[in-house]
Amino acid sequence: MIPLVVRGTPLGIEKPIIAKVIRDAEKDRQWPSRVFVGPVPSNTVDVPSFSALISEEPLDGFRDGQLKAPLVHSVPTAHLNQGDVVRIDPDGVVRTLYRRGSPHNTLFATERCNSFCVMCSQPPRDVNDQWRVDEMLRTVELIDVEAHEIGISGGEPTLLDDGLLSVIRAAKDRLPNTALHILSNGRLFRYSARAEEIAAIQHQDLMFGIPVYSDLDSEHDHVVQARGAFEDTLLGLQNLGRCGVPVEIRVVIHKFTYSRLPAVAEFIYRNLTFASHVALMGLEATGFAKGNMEALWIDPADYRNELEEATLFLSARGMNVSVYNHQLCTVAPAVWPYCRKSISDWKNEYHPVCEGCSVRSECGGLFMFNLRSRISRSLRPISEPAEAASTLSVAPSPTTSP
Amino acid sequence: MRAGFFRSRDEFEAVRDGSYRILPFRFMRWGGGRVFVSNDVGEWTFLPDVDFASFAEGRLDRSSAAYGTLKGKHFLTDSSSTLPIQLLATKYRTKHGFLDGFTSLHMFVVTLRCDHSCPYCQVSRVTEDRDRFDMSAETAERGVEWVFQSPSPLLKVEFQGGESLLHFDRIRHIVDLVEERNAIEQRDVEFVIATNLSNVSDDVLDYCQKHEVLLSTSLDGPEALHNQNRPRPGNDSYARVVANLARSREALGHDRIGALMTTTERSLAMPEEVVDEYVRQQFTSIFVRPISPYGFAVRTKQAYKYQTDTFVNFYQRALSRVIDWNRKGVPLVETYAQLLLRKLLTPFPTGYVDLQSPAGMGISALVYNYDGDVYASDEGRMLAEMGDFSFRLGNLHKDGHGDVMGGSYLRGLIGQTVTATTPQCSECAFAPFCGSDPVYNWATQGDVVGHRPTSGFCRKHMALFRHLIGLLESDDRFTRDLLVSWATGDNA
Repeated sequence: MIPLVVRGTPLGIEKPIIAKVIRDAEKDRQWPSRVFVGPVPSNTVDVPSFSALISEEPLDGFRDGQLKAPLVHSVPTAHLNQGDVVRIDPDGVVRTLYRRGSPHNTLFATERCNSFCVMCSQPPRDVNDQWRVDEMLRTVELIDVEAHEIGISGGEPTLLDDGLLSVIRAAKDRLPNTALHILSNGRLFRYSARAEEIAAIQHQDLMFGIPVYSDLDSEHDHVVQARGAFEDTLLGLQNLGRCGVPVEIRVVIHKFTYSRLPAVAEFIYRNLTFASHVALMGLEATGFAKGNMEALWIDPADYRNELEEATLFLSARGMNVSVYNHQLCTVAPAVWPYCRKSISDWKNEYHPVCEGCSVRSECGGLFMFNLRSRISRSLRPISEPAEAASTLSVAPSPTTSP
Repeated sequence: MRAGFFRSRDEFEAVRDGSYRILPFRFMRWGGGRVFVSNDVGEWTFLPDVDFASFAEGRLDRSSAAYGTLKGKHFLTDSSSTLPIQLLATKYRTKHGFLDGFTSLHMFVVTLRCDHSCPYCQVSRVTEDRDRFDMSAETAERGVEWVFQSPSPLLKVEFQGGESLLHFDRIRHIVDLVEERNAIEQRDVEFVIATNLSNVSDDVLDYCQKHEVLLSTSLDGPEALHNQNRPRPGNDSYARVVANLARSREALGHDRIGALMTTTERSLAMPEEVVDEYVRQQFTSIFVRPISPYGFAVRTKQAYKYQTDTFVNFYQRALSRVIDWNRKGVPLVETYAQLLLRKLLTPFPTGYVDLQSPAGMGISALVYNYDGDVYASDEGRMLAEMGDFSFRLGNLHKDGHGDVMGGSYLRGLIGQTVTATTPQCSECAFAPFCGSDPVYNWATQGDVVGHRPTSGFCRKHMALFRHLIGLLESDDRFTRDLLVSWATGDNA
């Protein structure tokens, strides 16, 4: 696990600072806001050219104003690499907003949400955090133009309204080579004007990842704990589809959803044929899911057949389908070609039994949280290379990953 | 709300009392205690008789498997939400996407002359009289004007005969005209020459290669059968097809030449041999077609010599042979099954103009005859060769495109071909996957709407749908997966 939030002792930080991490002061000189991470003071560093300084060493001798830049000291910095983007708060918290070279960078849009999913990994709070729009805009300014993909998540990003539009526009202008993947429940797109506004931006590589948990309204509404949500989401998907905005359908599998997986697959094929990608996802034992584990947990071994049927149904029909968050040993070998290493690197771990596994390097492993909660009884090292070789043929990759 | 204290499923049901409304559906007693249920967007399922009765009477249990299936496929709704209707509308629109572009298939009959004298052929003349049976340059130019009057983004230009290559100069003329015009129009254009391949010069192959022209030929089965079906001087039709097939594939690429087979009375005893011949000639698909009841075929009474049931039996044996070849690792598609399966198993329309509702006459396909007459379908011009001009829409030299295509005559014809309104089709559970053939109805029953109980067309399709659905429901997983792959594959 990689820590993304650390706390140190602040000196002279009056308001949040968002800046590019610099360890080698000779490089990355072009960025408008830079923070030096390393031994302070250092003869090689032109202190005034930095927005702030971060030091792992205690610097108790310093006082406000003694250095020409705000400072956080006594803070772990091993995870901070050249080119990362951090936010430094007045209380000394250093939060990583972007990691150079990582495929798993996500901008956090808002804590607010208009649904209340039973397995939400990021339980919503009803707070006014419109300031995050500014944070996202400032972060986008500091993201490498080479970045392959950036996610936007929440909460429900569409609640930011024009704020989300401005972030998408900024990403389009600043990051012409970067895919943008936005996680949304899609409900607000039932108002076609909202979908049209997104389409009008003409972002070069945008996709909305939107969950559909059942082919039946009452089951979907139950999962998201919001009456009418199924109608909102399906109308929203239709509007996005009509406007030509690419959508990905995300199905999280747990005890409430596993039995209708094949029916959901057929529903998606018949009603959401235009979807660019379908992701069938294992449950992450964090947030609400952690507290609701007793009600939600079902061992992947017990929905192995449903997952195989749904995956192969969609694949046979030319739909682009992926299986996320499942260890190879827990799914049918026929499903292996569709399994992706989907778990973000900072929360990705392996079980001790995985040590001797012959396909570990192909396997996405586990969520760190699940490792401490529930694991499948079918978790085992795969020892037979023949078993692995015959099934690990390459299936078409999705255009974006989570 | 704290985690662990979410509201129960029941709280999200639209109604407490388990009531629901039935959405439009069709059904058919299947036998074996089951009912086949379908709707107009092409969703279908089977229900046990008892569940079907409960469903129809409004007392199907909400917790039953059948309830979930019927609700998910939009056979019933239990809320006041308009979502099911909107999704049905989207699916209906998708299924009828073939109407979007208007006329996409344009057939030019460049000559009626032919070196063959096939008894089942409706439209050929063994003659040297070029002036009488060849398409003139002026007619071709007007025809190309009509092609581009269609707004369709896809244009398929097909050359028919007679033996079309006997008037290759006109084909080249038309291809050049279309290409010239398309430099501005920028449509997606495909050229196909239907030819018996008895004479194909290197010049022709060279031209086809340069202009990406596809060839479509006739192969009726093994040598003896083919030569009996397709007589020509020297009785060497088969040898010529096989030799020129090889040359054409060499020049154009293996997959640039397709073949069609026609079933005759002689074929009926040998479906396996016919299929095997297609494998021997390394085709990857075979289209098992009955002979059509038009033109010379009617005159020689060929078409009525065997009954529909005999053909269906022949078809089923041929299909079974095709499946066997696949089981042995030889990929081979039966094209008609593929078409019907695509209708059954996918949300998409097909580009096949001869089985749709409304019929494809004019709105999907037009035929420009050698003499400038415009027909609603290839079968329509075949009838005309017998003196029945019922499906002649007009003439390239006398009539305007708009007057013909927007005129009351074509509208009247099309209006009679919507299966939702034609007797018996309107209640048939297979209608969402079927279509109408007004020329067939007219030719065999003297009426465009037709009479289903005595229709060979209806009888054949009822049998084919039942057979294919039976295979999809069978325990034979190989066959099921194969049929799905036909319906959903890239070649569909």
